[in-house]
Amino acid sequence: MYRETTIIKDSSEGVGEASPSLSGGAGDLIINVGPQHPATHGVLHLVLTLNGETIKKVEPHLGFIHRSIEKMCESLSYRQFIYVTSRMDYLSSHINNHACALCVEKGLQVEIPPRAQVIRVLMDELTRIASHELWWGAMAMDLGAFTPFFHAFRERESINDIMEETCGARLTMNYMVPGGVMQDLHPNFQKKVKDFIQLYKRKIHEYDELVTGNIIFQNRMKNVGYLSPEDAISYGCTGPTARGSGVSSDIRKLYPYEVYDKVEFEEVLETGGDSFARYIVRIREMQQSIRIIEQLIDNIPEGDFQSKTKAVLKLPKGEFYSRVETARGELGVYIVSEGGTTPYRIKFRSPGFSNLSVLDHIARGSKLGDLVAMMGTLDLVIPDIDR
Amino acid sequence: MLNEELKINITEQFPNATFEDSGEWLNINIESKDWLSLAQQLRNDSSLYFNYLFCLTCVDWKSHLTMVYHLSSTKYRHNIVIKSKLDRNKPEIETVSHIWRTAEFHEREVYEMFGVNFLNHPDLRLLILPDGWEGKNPMRKDFEDPINMIKL
Amino acid sequence: MSDKTNISKDSSLIPPSGGGEAFPGKIHEAPGGGIILSKLDDLINWARSNSLWPLTFATSCCGIEYMSVAGAKYDFSRFGFEVARATPRQADVIIIAGTIVNKMAPVLKRLYDQMADPKYVIAMGACAISGGPFFYNTYSVVKGADHVIPVDVYVAGCPPRPEALIHALIKLQEKIKSGLTREQIKQGN
Repeated sequence: MYRETTIIKDSSEGVGEASPSLSGGAGDLIINVGPQHPATHGVLHLVLTLNGETIKKVEPHLGFIHRSIEKMCESLSYRQFIYVTSRMDYLSSHINNHACALCVEKGLQVEIPPRAQVIRVLMDELTRIASHELWWGAMAMDLGAFTPFFHAFRERESINDIMEETCGARLTMNYMVPGGVMQDLHPNFQKKVKDFIQLYKRKIHEYDELVTGNIIFQNRMKNVGYLSPEDAISYGCTGPTARGSGVSSDIRKLYPYEVYDKVEFEEVLETGGDSFARYIVRIREMQQSIRIIEQLIDNIPEGDFQSKTKAVLKLPKGEFYSRVETARGELGVYIVSEGGTTPYRIKFRSPGFSNLSVLDHIARGSKLGDLVAMMGTLDLVIPDIDR
Repeated sequence: MLNEELKINITEQFPNATFEDSGEWLNINIESKDWLSLAQQLRNDSSLYFNYLFCLTCVDWKSHLTMVYHLSSTKYRHNIVIKSKLDRNKPEIETVSHIWRTAEFHEREVYEMFGVNFLNHPDLRLLILPDGWEGKNPMRKDFEDPINMIKL
Repeated sequence: MSDKTNISKDSSLIPPSGGGEAFPGKIHEAPGGGIILSKLDDLINWARSNSLWPLTFATSCCGIEYMSVAGAKYDFSRFGFEVARATPRQADVIIIAGTIVNKMAPVLKRLYDQMADPKYVIAMGACAISGGPFFYNTYSVVKGADHVIPVDVYVAGCPPRPEALIHALIKLQEKIKSGLTREQIKQGN
């Protein structure tokens, strides 16, 4: 390893030369996993303190994609701020919009028509599958396998086609509005989704054959990054990160919203606590999402897709909190309103923020090559963390 | 656990606490010097068992700041909201990062955005903002930035 | 190798619009075969434009559309962008996919400086062109990547469709084949 490429970035001192006595003990090496890196899934800067190849400390530096969304939303109206949240966790953009629409509806106290509820759940589950697909492809690519990336994007393109016909966009769809959805489903929607389900059921076994059963993959993932259930709760982890350690935290089961209490699906829990358990949780979640879509696609009720709301929305004075389950965990939207047309304060409780704080805890004592496997299974999307 | 039992339980130790029951969850307003002991009681009491802190934030009302904590219990599935008023000129409150480890990152974010000093925090420095933004506190309502901010 | 299949008989300095896969050169018939005559500048520009290697620089949502273009449905390796290098020292073009914020701007400048000449820049998406949806009331967004580094091609969209990005890549290839510098193009050549 070249000495000249290891540059220390200490937050109070600026850039300097590597030296073993700067911090940590003698013989410690400090390395940047820099903001521009193919394996960090975004712009995350990690400062690692290594002793040989063993990690002693991981320190994340955030803020390289901090777009000051919370401050910006204080000057946008209640119908406008929803488009910004699509771009926060862009892989589950429908679910983000859903959370904001639920919060505003709680304040306005409007009823959502049943057709809109079913459409929202269908879109959410399709988004969840697409997000897990991309996670799977990107994680396999980080570990060195390039083929699963193309398989994952093939499925993602089918879902994007379905979304594009109805919502108009492939990635950042502003389809959920306070009161329902923006426009009705395209006539081809049902047929295309049914074709997709048939295609998916044929292809899902490929994932197990390609990656899950691979002995090299299993050796890289088993017993790597163990997270105990008490630590998962204390660090505030939610989503598949916590469910891989046996903590039951699915918002769709605990505080159901829309029609989630009327469909049958299981909450996938694994007790291993290591990276392989988190991986299995996500793969099984994709299968549960297909199950939900199958139950709903033939039973979309007729009716309105949007309930009547005023053009300019004003929430009453008070505070409102709504929570949904995104592909990464629990997203909370907290609106403090003073009775005007713009929110007084919005706080987005993002799942990635708490999931990232556990990285230091689980990475201590492992080798440098295991860090990539751990970051892959935590499924971080950095704009979600920095907001 | 019902809201009334919680109210009785808490008023015994903290007579200054006030309650609001109008929203979705019970809101408790306490003074900032009582926060650490209340937090320890909520966490350690076996019938309350609030072990999951899911949101920690601060709201800037123009005359004072208010810290808001949302707590939940994974065993009993009840939720509670705790609020505490802080003086705007010298906002200080005890840290709870040794009770709920998630508070470490959240408190760092509140420190850089609002300027609240968390006493006994293990590592209080900037998290998201670039270097050189100490003391600027962009989320406060009196943040001045004539280039970027448009006053409506 | 047959010299009639993919070599145009009449080429000019600027290749025809629409991609111009033609090999630049004229064929001079001679007994025993043909001789291709060409200018060295044209040959070098043709070779450079058909094998641009991008740097993996995706900050936010446009990065996912960039990855879709790398996927199998909209494939950009058929245009020569086969290998996406992670290190700027081996890359030719940097596709800025995503918002640039104040904290990231020095990093972007340093990456651009580390790239070897000739280097090109594509600004993908509304955020990289002008700050995009984060233009008003944000204290931390750089309103356009061209405040930091000079940009060759702008692609509009939020995020732009994969076909739009491919159109931009082809435009960049045409620009390279024309052999003019940025200043000459600005003066309206």
